[in-house]
Amino acid sequence: MRACPAPAEDAGPRRARRRRAPRPHPFGLRTRLVLAFLLVAAVGCGTTAALTYRAARNAILEQTQNTAVSALRDQVDPLRIDLPVQTGTLRDALLSIARQGKPRPWRVYAEYGSLRVSSTDRPTSSVITPELRARALGRGTTPHSSFQRVVKDGTPYLTVAVPAVFRTHATQGTAQPTGLVFYAVMELDEEEANIEAMVAAARDGALPALAVALIPALLAARGVLRPVRELRRAARSMGRGRLDTRIHAKGSDELADLARTFNESAAELERSVAELRRAEARARRFAADVSHELRTPLAGMLAVTEVLDEDAGTLDSDTARAVRLISAETGRLAVLVEDLMEISRFDARAAELHSDEVDAADCVRKTLQNRHWTDPARVVADLSEGIRARLDPRRFDVVVANLVGNALRHGGAPVTVRVYAEGDTLVTEVADQGPGIHPDVLPHVFDRFYKADPARTRSAGSGLGLAITLENVRLHGGTVEAANRPGGGAVFTVRMPR
Amino acid sequence: MPRVLLIEDDPSVREGVELGLRRRGHTVRTAPTGEAGLAALGEFRPDLVLLDLMLPGMNGVQVCHRVRETSQLPIIMLTARGDDFDVVIGLEAGADDYIVKPARTEVIEARIRAVLRRIEEPSGGRPGIEFHGELAIDRAGLTVAKAGERLALAPSEMKLLLHLSAAPEQVFSRQQLLEHVWEHSYHGDARLVDACVRRLRNKIEDVPGEPRYIQTLRGFGYRFGPL
Repeated sequence: MRACPAPAEDAGPRRARRRRAPRPHPFGLRTRLVLAFLLVAAVGCGTTAALTYRAARNAILEQTQNTAVSALRDQVDPLRIDLPVQTGTLRDALLSIARQGKPRPWRVYAEYGSLRVSSTDRPTSSVITPELRARALGRGTTPHSSFQRVVKDGTPYLTVAVPAVFRTHATQGTAQPTGLVFYAVMELDEEEANIEAMVAAARDGALPALAVALIPALLAARGVLRPVRELRRAARSMGRGRLDTRIHAKGSDELADLARTFNESAAELERSVAELRRAEARARRFAADVSHELRTPLAGMLAVTEVLDEDAGTLDSDTARAVRLISAETGRLAVLVEDLMEISRFDARAAELHSDEVDAADCVRKTLQNRHWTDPARVVADLSEGIRARLDPRRFDVVVANLVGNALRHGGAPVTVRVYAEGDTLVTEVADQGPGIHPDVLPHVFDRFYKADPARTRSAGSGLGLAITLENVRLHGGTVEAANRPGGGAVFTVRMPR
Repeated sequence: MPRVLLIEDDPSVREGVELGLRRRGHTVRTAPTGEAGLAALGEFRPDLVLLDLMLPGMNGVQVCHRVRETSQLPIIMLTARGDDFDVVIGLEAGADDYIVKPARTEVIEARIRAVLRRIEEPSGGRPGIEFHGELAIDRAGLTVAKAGERLALAPSEMKLLLHLSAAPEQVFSRQQLLEHVWEHSYHGDARLVDACVRRLRNKIEDVPGEPRYIQTLRGFGYRFGPL
């Protein structure tokens, strides 16, 4: 029967344990699921948009380029340019071509050697690159029509170069470059605007898609989080000792499996705890039964100890010693059994409090008188008069008597008993002048049958005195603690509501 | 020396207590059952009954009731502490005191003597009979009458009434009454007092629920009157 080595502080109210509010999770399941869904949706939308954009852009630009190149060539081919080139004629031709811009208006330039003629007031354009010129003049290769897209000052341009050729009769069908090259410069801002519009459309389509993706994300998160939350609630309920907590497990997914596993474990735990409780109850019941059964033979024996004591003097010395031993041990056995019965009643929660309103100082004084602890060299009483307290006088008597008896046995005289009120609390202090309690022993002084020194096989008392004291104080809703005084000696402090 | 009838079913307890009391000069008769005990009453004429509560057949409480039907013989119950419920029922049935087993003979004898002791006469020769309302209390003759009719009071009831009425309107705490009437320690079982007061009220009050003679002062105790 060595259970419950509870320190005295435990006796206080333990209701202070707060219920923790669910913490917000910055990267919880819900956030992660939503982010994942959004990421997938964004990647999907982005990829689709990018591919569409590229294909559409190429198609638009290609069409424009092809139209422009062939349009320019169509304009250039029928021209009859006489060499050497006459600036005036060429300019007229250019103006005429400039009006025929397809698919969009263009500006036309012609270059022949160092001659520069244009349809505008400037002789040449800065967007015609040397690269284009090189290709048009056919340096290294045959001159051919070509085009280039150039961005200048943020405006995209299409530049087209068409070299003028002539056919010799000798070389049938083979075009010979004349050295004259026509250039057309066309602004592509309309195409750019079309492409922009497509990008905008892709973006405008992606945003609602992302918003729509939020809905399945939140639904999925809820589907996961609801069982998780239920699990958490159930786990917390189990933690509070409600072992019959179960989760409603439905479905066939992993979470339902988890819930079922939880339920099985909870059932298993409940079963083992119930088994343990039954075993403990059996053990306590056994202790109570044993003490009860011991009591009847003891009642007979204790009644005759006086007879033994009186007649021991007339017996021979060995028999007399044996008889006195039996008598003395019978008395101790009776005390031990009585204390065991008392502890068993506490364990069975059958201990009742018969409260009465009493004068605390009177109560303590009577306890000391009844035990003949009236010698001021041994016990000093420092009692505040007139404190009325509602307590069970018999149990309070046991508390004070056990503490004073313990102080006299293990501490050193004089033992000081103080009683005073602290607000609504009745404080009883028992201090001794002994060596104090060893720090290793201090947490165990209220344990049952605790032996500070293992060599001492039996304590002077029943070994249950302080355990009974603790239980009695708890029954009153109070606390008792043991400590060493700075000046030496141990002090036990009992605090009970008045 | 008093004659004690011990009704106890356990042979070792019966023999031990008998032996202890006889050594101290008591005349002891024992009975193993309630029925045998009741049968021995008329012939043995004890001064006091020591009554185990747990008896085979007729139990201690029933024996207590049967004894009280015919006499105000002092009754002390033998009980195991913890059998709290039985103690209360036994006290309600009219037992004057109880002893927790196991007990030393000196404790048993002290209780026997306390129950049998006559309440000390107050100093100064007061007139034999006092009148309080309808109650007539004869301290010398130890009789109490209400409206001329004699009341049968158990020893503890008589002693309690004499103690309280000796100092009308003075409040006594339960602990004080335990010390003075039952000669228990100050920290005895206050239910003895409460049970005895209830029994006394049933006998002397007009309406036991609204007592005039034995009044309760909540948180302090009891007092006699004021009428």
